[in-house]
Amino acid sequence: MSTITKDGVSSPAPAKASPAKPRRGLRGSPTFNFWLFTGPFLIGLAIFVYLPILWSLYLSFFEARFTVTPSEFVGLDNYVTMLTDEEFIRSLVTFTIFAVFIVPLTWGTSLGLALMVNRLRFMRAFFRSVFFLPTAVSYVAASLVWKMSIFSGVRFGMLNTFLSLFGIDNTAWLASPDPPWYWLVILTVRLWLQAGFYMILFIAALQNIPQELYEAASIDGAKPGWQTFWHITLPQLRATSTAVILLLLVAAYQAFDEFFNLLNKTTWGRPPLVELYYKALGDSQDYGAGSAGALILTVLICLVTLLQGKFMGFGRGEESK
Amino acid sequence: MTTTTTPPSDRVDRVDVSAKPRRVRSGSVIGSTGLYLATGIAALLFLIPFYLIVRNALMTDPEITGEEWKWFPTDIQWGNVSEPFDDPSVDFARSLWNSAVVGVLHTVGTLLFCSLAGYGLARIPYQHANKVFYMVLGTLMVPTAVTFVPSFVLVSSLGWIDTYRGLIIPGLFSGFTCFLFRQYFLGFPKELEEAARVDGLGYMGAYWRVVVPNSLNFFAAMATITFISGWNSFLWPLVIGQDPSAWTVQVALSNYTTGQTVNFHLIFMATAISILPLVFVFLFLQRWLVQGIAQTGIKG
Repeated sequence: MSTITKDGVSSPAPAKASPAKPRRGLRGSPTFNFWLFTGPFLIGLAIFVYLPILWSLYLSFFEARFTVTPSEFVGLDNYVTMLTDEEFIRSLVTFTIFAVFIVPLTWGTSLGLALMVNRLRFMRAFFRSVFFLPTAVSYVAASLVWKMSIFSGVRFGMLNTFLSLFGIDNTAWLASPDPPWYWLVILTVRLWLQAGFYMILFIAALQNIPQELYEAASIDGAKPGWQTFWHITLPQLRATSTAVILLLLVAAYQAFDEFFNLLNKTTWGRPPLVELYYKALGDSQDYGAGSAGALILTVLICLVTLLQGKFMGFGRGEESK
Repeated sequence: MTTTTTPPSDRVDRVDVSAKPRRVRSGSVIGSTGLYLATGIAALLFLIPFYLIVRNALMTDPEITGEEWKWFPTDIQWGNVSEPFDDPSVDFARSLWNSAVVGVLHTVGTLLFCSLAGYGLARIPYQHANKVFYMVLGTLMVPTAVTFVPSFVLVSSLGWIDTYRGLIIPGLFSGFTCFLFRQYFLGFPKELEEAARVDGLGYMGAYWRVVVPNSLNFFAAMATITFISGWNSFLWPLVIGQDPSAWTVQVALSNYTTGQTVNFHLIFMATAISILPLVFVFLFLQRWLVQGIAQTGIKG
């Protein structure tokens, strides 16, 4: 067999007997091998994911400032503290606004780009690369460009220079929450960074739509363009759309980098992760309340995900495949 | 597996996104011009940030902050290239090195652990495999917010603050990457492994000698994605890298924005240098990357 290399890495010595049948003994048993394959990963997962989650749960019921070996059990006090904490509630509102805008915005933009690129006859690879390239840029680097060049609140900032051509005065994009121009900065930076990635998923899905559907539609008199898009393309993209929206929501929940770097010194526009970062690792080092906040967040995420699954039928698309 | 543009026809989910459009269109010249115009404008908008980075990196500060907007530097300041490395406030070279070490080891480790686990979950008949799979899947729902504080405490009690161990090891066990590998292996042709088993190989032997060599495309795609996310990650390195000697390049960059003096060309040169390796990785490995993303099973 040509694919077999001579020096396989640490493979168990092949048993000689009964090659066609599943081998007896430890090395051949599926159970042993299952744990051999998954064991190292699962041990890591247990230590670095499950243990922290449980630790978090434990800490959330204790008074734990500056210490992680707390002694004073406070029941649900930390949860009450967080749910009545104005800043934490505000961070949840910030997240909600963020998600309400960024999810449909990215969904629409990436689908739009995919449709455009997919229809091109020449230079498709070039344009696909252009839209995909920002995926390589970090949120930190992009935030720098947005903050110090495009949306720099001074005269020489790119957008201010451009707007001054129309006689519009300098705008300090990030300097105040009123008017909330900072949202424009936050939303565009993330849109630029992530739209290309989801465009690839949509292009793949578009190429999977059977051509016969469009032919049948044209025989039935459907006009190419809006009609076929609405009645064929969009329904065919349903499973991808659902997955994309779910991924976008999860990514939005994890928002940290751009908020931290764009709005570092401000008290507004803090999503939950930034808020908890300051609460738990800042001056007060309140691990108990921080953990409670993190768990409230998790419950919210699970609720939203379940609701989304109910309304959009996540998984249904996969079963029909 | 092939790297030519012909999509293998035996598998439905092998999508070649670079293929020519299958639909033959008789669209009007006006329609096609409009399409190219719209795509071109969108492309220009997407390229502006890259242009700004290069422009600012190669200008002098007075040119950047001057009254009049300049599209191009009057004199290209090639001397700016060395400035981030000469800047005494941030050890930029060290941060690049840290990112390279973390990026490479993060990628190797993640691929090793996650691919093995993904294969085990996809292919080895074990009665509780599904339960284990749901345990892995469940971690995708847990936000970073829940784990980062206790993880930080855990890592600091292990004495791993400011070490490569602390930067790398906790991030190796990605439920998402494991999930993607499982989805991929579910679609891997069973016949190849069965042939290997008939030839007398155990599960491990078949995996290393047959499955991995025949999945190099997918491994390359996942390696690229993992390296990019490792190089670009910020929150964890920010928490772990307390001493400047342990900063990754992202933490170093972030530090420029909070610094006292704003040295525009230096900041943008540093940004350009931090992006350059990834742009190269990206342009060279793009085919694999795009196919890999298309194959991950997140699709219609």
